This record gives sequence, structure tokens and C-alpha cells, in this order.
Amino acid sequence: MVPNDRKYTREHEWVMIENGIAKLGITDHAQEALGDIVYVELPTVDDEIAIGDSYAVVESVKAVSQVYSQVSGKVVEVNEELDGTPELLNQDAYGQFIAAVEVSEVNESGLLTAEEYEAFLAEEA
Amino acid sequence: MMRQSYKLIFERSHEGRRAYDLPELDVPVLDNAIPENMRNKKKLDLPELGEVDLVRHYTNLSRRNFGVDNGFYPLGSCTMKYNPKINEEVATMFEEMHPLLDADMSQGSLRLMYDMEKYLCEICGMDAFTLQPAAGAHGELTGLMHIRAYHEHRGDTARTTIIVPDAAHGTNPASAVMAGFKVKEIKSAPDGGVDLDALRAAVGPDTAGLMLTNPSTLGLFERNIKEIAEIVHEAGGLLYYDGANLNAIMGIVRPGDMGFDVMHINLHKTFSTPHGGGGPGSGPVGVKKHLMPFMPVPVLVEREGMIELDYDRPESFGRVKSFYGNFAVIVKAFAYIRSLGGEGLREASENAVLNANYVMNALRGVYEIPHDRICMHECVIAPGELMEYGIHTTDIAKALIDRGYHPPTIYFPLIVHEAMMIEPTETESRETLDEFIEAMKDIARDAKENPEAIHACPVTTPVGRPDEVTAARKPVVRYTI
Amino acid sequence: MRSYVPNTPAEREEMLKAIGLESMDQLFADIPADLKLNRPLDLPAPMSEMELRDLMLGYVLQNDEGGLLFRGAGAYRHYIPSLIPQLISRSEFYTAYTPYQAEMSQGMLQSIFEWQTIICNLTGLEASNASVYDGATAAAESLLMLRDAKRKKKILYSAGLNPDVIATIKTYAHCIGVELAEIGLNADGVTDMDALKANLPDSAGYIAAQPNYYGCIENMDAIAETVHEAKSLLVSYVNPLSLGAIKRPGDYGADIAIGDAQPMGLPLNFGGPYVGFMAASGKLIRNLPGRIAGETVDAEGNRVYVLTLQAREQHIRREKAASNICSNQMLCAIMASMYACTMGPAGMKEVAEQNIAKSHYLANEMCKLPGIKLRYNTPFFNEFVVDTEKPAEEINEALKGFGIVGGLVLEDGGMLWCATEMNSKGDIDFLIDILNDILEGGNE
Repeated sequence: MVPNDRKYTREHEWVMIENGIAKLGITDHAQEALGDIVYVELPTVDDEIAIGDSYAVVESVKAVSQVYSQVSGKVVEVNEELDGTPELLNQDAYGQFIAAVEVSEVNESGLLTAEEYEAFLAEEA
Repeated sequence: MMRQSYKLIFERSHEGRRAYDLPELDVPVLDNAIPENMRNKKKLDLPELGEVDLVRHYTNLSRRNFGVDNGFYPLGSCTMKYNPKINEEVATMFEEMHPLLDADMSQGSLRLMYDMEKYLCEICGMDAFTLQPAAGAHGELTGLMHIRAYHEHRGDTARTTIIVPDAAHGTNPASAVMAGFKVKEIKSAPDGGVDLDALRAAVGPDTAGLMLTNPSTLGLFERNIKEIAEIVHEAGGLLYYDGANLNAIMGIVRPGDMGFDVMHINLHKTFSTPHGGGGPGSGPVGVKKHLMPFMPVPVLVEREGMIELDYDRPESFGRVKSFYGNFAVIVKAFAYIRSLGGEGLREASENAVLNANYVMNALRGVYEIPHDRICMHECVIAPGELMEYGIHTTDIAKALIDRGYHPPTIYFPLIVHEAMMIEPTETESRETLDEFIEAMKDIARDAKENPEAIHACPVTTPVGRPDEVTAARKPVVRYTI
Repeated sequence: MRSYVPNTPAEREEMLKAIGLESMDQLFADIPADLKLNRPLDLPAPMSEMELRDLMLGYVLQNDEGGLLFRGAGAYRHYIPSLIPQLISRSEFYTAYTPYQAEMSQGMLQSIFEWQTIICNLTGLEASNASVYDGATAAAESLLMLRDAKRKKKILYSAGLNPDVIATIKTYAHCIGVELAEIGLNADGVTDMDALKANLPDSAGYIAAQPNYYGCIENMDAIAETVHEAKSLLVSYVNPLSLGAIKRPGDYGADIAIGDAQPMGLPLNFGGPYVGFMAASGKLIRNLPGRIAGETVDAEGNRVYVLTLQAREQHIRREKAASNICSNQMLCAIMASMYACTMGPAGMKEVAEQNIAKSHYLANEMCKLPGIKLRYNTPFFNEFVVDTEKPAEEINEALKGFGIVGGLVLEDGGMLWCATEMNSKGDIDFLIDILNDILEGGNE
């Protein structure tokens, strides 16, 4: 269910760090809670973001959710596809990153393993 | 009803048709008055129709709409009371007045505004009013600008935070941010009121003020209002009154006497002016003496029997719109106040509260009432056990449409899950309320016995439930051929 | 006594009983006793409809709207086709609230969609909202759009904007942390291009006026090019009635067009309600504040209109909203739409041309008089500034005696005159005759 190849937050975001680049996204639970996603407000390449910053906004018809980062660094890539087809996040939340960041710092204490996140989900439900 | 969409006015256009005429131009035309490079040489893409087709288009559009004159409209927080016809008529008596006429030519309009300010002061227990803001949210922003100017003037620049209860209207935090403040949200107590401990914990040297709706958005009077005022004032903050729910308390209790320093009124709610399908409204702002120096210019003053516009106000924070406010709306509200007098306003509030309690009482046991005590001018209910049959607030709203009613405000306040906020207003008769109550009971029955029928609602309207997801994902906001 | 409460006292008693109460006072038991007013409100006594009509007439009689009006300065007297007040009095429109329930509000939603289309087509831009309070607040909202779209705090504005607009944006800017810089006008009454160029670096945008407050028509092609070279955005504050004759904002590349649609079918009403409009290029659509109607379908595929992109708005996004605006000026927007549809492309052009012709005739005749001359040698739409040897206040005082409302006296002593299609040649000639007498009298 919850992929093992990355880490998670209690705000239902995921982080996958490879070679100093963190890909950031939202979890399947997050997309389901939001419902039909109609818009993703993406950050801009070269934006500097810090741990705890809201770097993107995900909108459904009647709700809006800030997406927070547990890493600091410079945005090096954004998922432009989400611009015209935000429903991709509904279809495959783990397959679609929102932004990629060149990591300067990671807030390890704010991150959960897949197992911990699954336990957290069970607890929340 | 036959479901069908309705042609846009652009789709009714036939080249060369016209619905206008102007007198023959009686002065010479100068060929070179406007240089070629600044001229619009393209034909404007506007519809071309004969007058009768234009009139039918809008008449038929109006038939695809629902107002208070069509039926019961218990939209909570919006005070959809009857809009008296005489007020519409008298407002047109002033419409030829240019706003920049000399004061000696516009004494009637100026005097009316001046008198209106005095009436609003008496109704609200405030010391001065400005009529400039154009709507409720605009009034909030203007009111918060007073708070900001007050602290700035005292050199108290640390006061950067406005406290807003989580039950507040969305405009409250949005207005606070536009006025340059940070927002601190505090949770409501289990009884729906302000949690005094949370408030005590939230105030401090950074507190600029607290925005409060009283009665609250749950339709309940804030019983601890004196303690709340004390906590905020002792911390050095000011108290802002969101007047959205003023219809509950006219002639009974006044915001100024409760300890509020600044407030706005929605003339288009409490004072019977029509909402116009979303506007124009009017959002006068009242202040206590200590905030008067900061009011927006111009301020109306009486000098030797003449009403004048005073711009010489060195501590004013400026102006929030052109001219003096939505004047024609102000005239309608003025006429309403003069028709009813003090007695009539109190009668309106009493009956608004009576009607709300009558509806709430009749729905007890059928719907969930999360805060079940005597309510003010509106009550908040929820589907309760109907949720077990897969029926949500949206479904109940759509079922009400098929039964000839405008639904209540839904999904607000946010602190009640699946909320329905019902505000009947005082201008509804008992049998209208009884019929509505029966419709609500009927829906509750259907919800259990035949939930599919409820999910299919509305079926009586010209169109069905819109696909809002597609509308938002691929926005089409204008007609293109 | 007037009352809009239908229930009789006996019925109210019965209703109280039904909820288990004995008196109205018990409904208000939650209110602390010592806070209650406990006295009648000190307001004038209630009155009947007949008395009210007399009362209002009493106020009206203290007004003098003037016979011949030659004043504009942000509020314009134009002809209002009679179908507009008739149609806008359909109470299905005016007694409705914001169209939250789409199925029973298609009339209003479609009207908004048509208004948005009209504004887009008039301005030559791709997106419009459902209106804001007035032109001044449209300018204030455009500050937020510029700040958020460019993420820059510095915004330039023309000294040729209406003074009320300037005062309003200054008030807002102070609150939202925008730093404003005023770009002055040159001797021709139009944007000082050197000052504009010098201030553009690091700015989010420039708010220009077309025509400007002093009536002058700016070279917007040149302004747009200069602004865009500096990678700033151009906001054009326009008189929509001029757009049948004057180039549209989209045609010179403006990114945002704003203004007040009062000239299109709205009575003067002593300053309000008017209606602010905002149009933008497609990529700025999500930066637009307030309501927006969009097209979609229902389950059967019927075309349906609905409020859309709502997640930008205060009721969902709360403190993170693009703006706090909730109520707008919807009914006024429909009046302006009706005006545009009544006039059509030919009428919008003709009325604009008539405004140009009348104001130029007035200016030419006026400047033949002694001691009066046109201040700027620049093309203008329906307003222009003159300087007079005799003090302007005295001229206006003298005109008043003839039922004439003269040009607005500016702070620097100049006079801002306006002529529209409403001013006939006969009226203008009458004014000129009187003016001639006044000015010659002053020379004696």
C-alpha cells in the first residue's frame, strides 16, 4: 500500500531523497481526503524553501490544502504536468511528485518510515 | 420541468440589428481629434439584437432565478428578509445627483447621510459612523484599519495579531490579513462560544484585537461577552464586532454597550436592502470616540446648519473607495429605519428570534441540533442519523430546491460537521415556516425510505447538479465562438 | 405603525407557546441583564408609507441636481436606455443572494458569465471576474494581483489616475505592504516616460489611466512597450465607454484592465453604487479576486453555469485568500451588461464618437472666449482642463445662477470640463454665451 522507498509526514506528504535531490509529493490518503483535485499551485524553479514552509497548494472544489516541506533547499524542478492535469494526483499520488528540491537540510525528526506512517494512518482512522 | 440550457445573448446576435438610437450628432466632427495609433479600429465583439429580443432574453433569464420574492430563502448569516418596495421607489428620487456637486446643491443627500449616521449610532451604541464601505467585508477591512491606525498612532507597533474564533466567517481572517495583520485562530468551547482559557492564552503584547460575531455563527448569544471584552481590553487589544448577525438584537442590546470598539453593519442584511444577486451591499463602520480621529475621509460635519464634507482630518488613514459609499443602498436602509422606528426594529429582532426558535423546536428529533439551547435569529442543524443512509447536507439542500425553497447556508460554520444554518427572518409567516418544517420532515422520511430519490434531486429545475470539478479544472469563464 | 412582520400578536403568542415559552423576553435570556438596553431606541417615530414618501421628498427638495451638467471627474451622466431600469427591477434578480445554489440561480450565473464575456471583449483580455465595488477598489485589488503575480512589493502608478483612486490605493498599500511610487505627468498632461523608465526596475507593475483624470489620451503602445521591457506588468485603468473609439487594453498588451462601468447604464446616484470591473490575461486568471462564473455541464450534458475557482476565495481559503471580497456589485454589472447589449458594437462606437465630438466642440468654443485656455495640447476623450484668468470658483458660482453645473475646480485652480452625448449643441452654445458674459463682466 504505502511504498517503502520514501518517507512520510504526519501531514500526509511524502519525501524521496536520491543523490541530494528530494522529490516531494502528497500521499494517497491526502488525495482521497481532498477529493477531486482541480488545481495545484506549484512553486517556481529556483525558489528557496525552508523546513516547515508551505511550498505548494492543492485545491479541490470546496477545499484547499497547503503542502509543507520537511527539507530545506532550492527548487530545481516542478511537475509541470500537474498544471493542466491536476487529476494525476488523484490517479497516482505516489507516482507524481510536486517539486524536486536540492537538499541542504532534512528534518529527520519530522519524517516517518512507511511502516510508521501506516501505523499513524491506522491510529488516525 | 423540461431540462434545457438557455442560449447566451451572444448566440442571439444578428449582424446589423440594434436596440439603441441616439440623437443625430449636432456638432462638427473633427477628423484628427484622436490620432490613428490610439484608435480602436476593430468592431467590438458585442451582441446585436432588436429591443424585443433583448428584453425577452433578460426576462427569461430572471425566470431561471430565485429571490426572496419567489419564496422562502432561509440562507443563514445572510438575513434574506423581505425587501420593501417603497424603499426601491424612494431611492430613485436621488439618482440624478452627481457626487461632486457643490455642498449647497446636495444638502438633501448629505443631510440624509448625516441623519443616517446618527440613527446607526443610536441603534449600535457607537459614537460615529462612516457610510463609505461598500459591503460587509469592505466594512471589516475598514474597521480593522481603524484598529491598525489606533495602535500605530500610539507607537504600539508590536500589536500585529488579530484573534479570530474558528467559527468566524471566512471574511474575518481574510480581512485581517488584508489590513496587514497576522491571524491567530482560537478554538470554540464545547458550547459553541469563545473558549475563555484559549482566549487568555492567545492574548498578549502582540494582540491588536479580537473579531467577534455576536450572536455567533452558531446563532447563539455569547454569554461571556463581558469577560471577553475585559480580557481583550486588559491585554491592550480592541474589540471588533462583525455585524452580520445584528438582526437578532436591535433595540435589545447594543454592540457599543457590550464593549465593542469598532463594528460594521450589513445594510443589505439587517436593514432590508436587497442583495441584488451578490451586490451591491453597504457596510457602514461604527467606532467609539477613541477611534474617531482615524476615520476615512471625507467625514460629514454640520457647520452653521449646513452639512459639509470634511477632508481636513490629519490622523485619518485615508479613503477606502470613491465618493461616499453606496448611496442608493443607504437611502433604502434609511427609509426602512424611518418606517419602522425604534419600536419596529425591536419588533423585527424579536420576531426574527421567535421564528428561528420555532423552526428549530419543530425540527428537534428529526435532525441533529448540535448546540441545543434557545437560539437567536438562526439555528444550526445537521443531518445526524440521516448520514447513515448516505444522505449529506448537499442532498438535503437539493431536495429542498425541489420542494420550492432556497436551501439554508450549508457547510458553515466549519466547526459543525455537515452544518445547515437556517435563518428564517421575521418577515416570514407562521404557515410559511410550518410548510418548510413539513418539507424538512418529508425529506428526512424520504432519506430513510428512498434515499435514491433524494440523491437525484433537484429534478424540478431547468438544469441538474453541475459538474463543478470540470468547471474548476478547465475553467471556461467567457464565451468564445 | 409600519411592520413587515406578518404574524399577528395572537399568532406570535401561539408560536411562543409551541416552543414552551411565555414571553418574548425569555428568548433573550442568554443576554446579561445589565447589558440590555432596557429602554426604547431613541429614533424618530415609525411612519406610514405615505408619510415616508413625504419625508423623503423633503430631503429631495434640499437637493438641486442642476439643469445642465458639464462635470464628470469619475462620475458621468450618460443616457440610460429605459429598458435597463425596467428589466433590472425584475425581483427574481434583485431579491436574490449570491448564486450559491446553481440549479435555482442559472439566471444570475448566466448573466455573470455574459458580463465577464462583455468585459473581456471590451478590454480585449481573456478573463474577468464578476465585479468589485468600484473603480477605486478595482485598482486596490490590482495591487494584490501585481504583488502576488510578480512577488514584488514596488508598484508604480500614474499621477493621472483619479484622485479618489490614488487615495484608495494609498490606503490599501499601507496595509498590504506595497511600496507605491507616483509617476508624474509631463507638460502635455501624459505619463512622463523618463520618470517611468527610471522607476520601473524591481517593480511589479505600473497602473496607467486611459483616458487619464485630466481627460488626456496616453500613448499606451509606448507605455506598454516600456513596461514590458522592464519585465513589469501593465494595468490599464480605462473608461469602458471610450473603448468603441479608443484602442482596447488587450490590443496594446495590457496585462490587466480595470475601471468603473458606471458610464454604461448606471445612474449617478451621488457616487454609488457603481461597479468596478477587472479583466486579465489568461495566465493571471487565478490572481483575480472575488466571484467568477464558469461554464460546465450537468449529468445530462446540459450547459450549466456555476461559481468556479472558489478555492481562491475567503470562504474556503480564509486568511490565505487572494482577497477578502465577498459581496460585489452584481446587479450593477448586469445593468452595464444590458447597456452594452442595447448599444451593441455600432452604438458603443457611436456614443464614444459623440462624446469626442461634443467635448471637442465645447473646448473649441470655450477657448475662443477671452481669458480662458486649454491647458494641454493632447488628444482627449470627453474631458479637458482649462485655465482661466478669472478664479474658477467665481465662474462656477455665476453659472449656478443659470442652472449650469460648470467644470470641477481642481486643486491648482484649473477647471475640468466634461461633455457627453447628453449635452446638445444648444446647451453648449447657451453655456458659451453665459460664460462669455461672465468672463467679459470679469474684465470690466
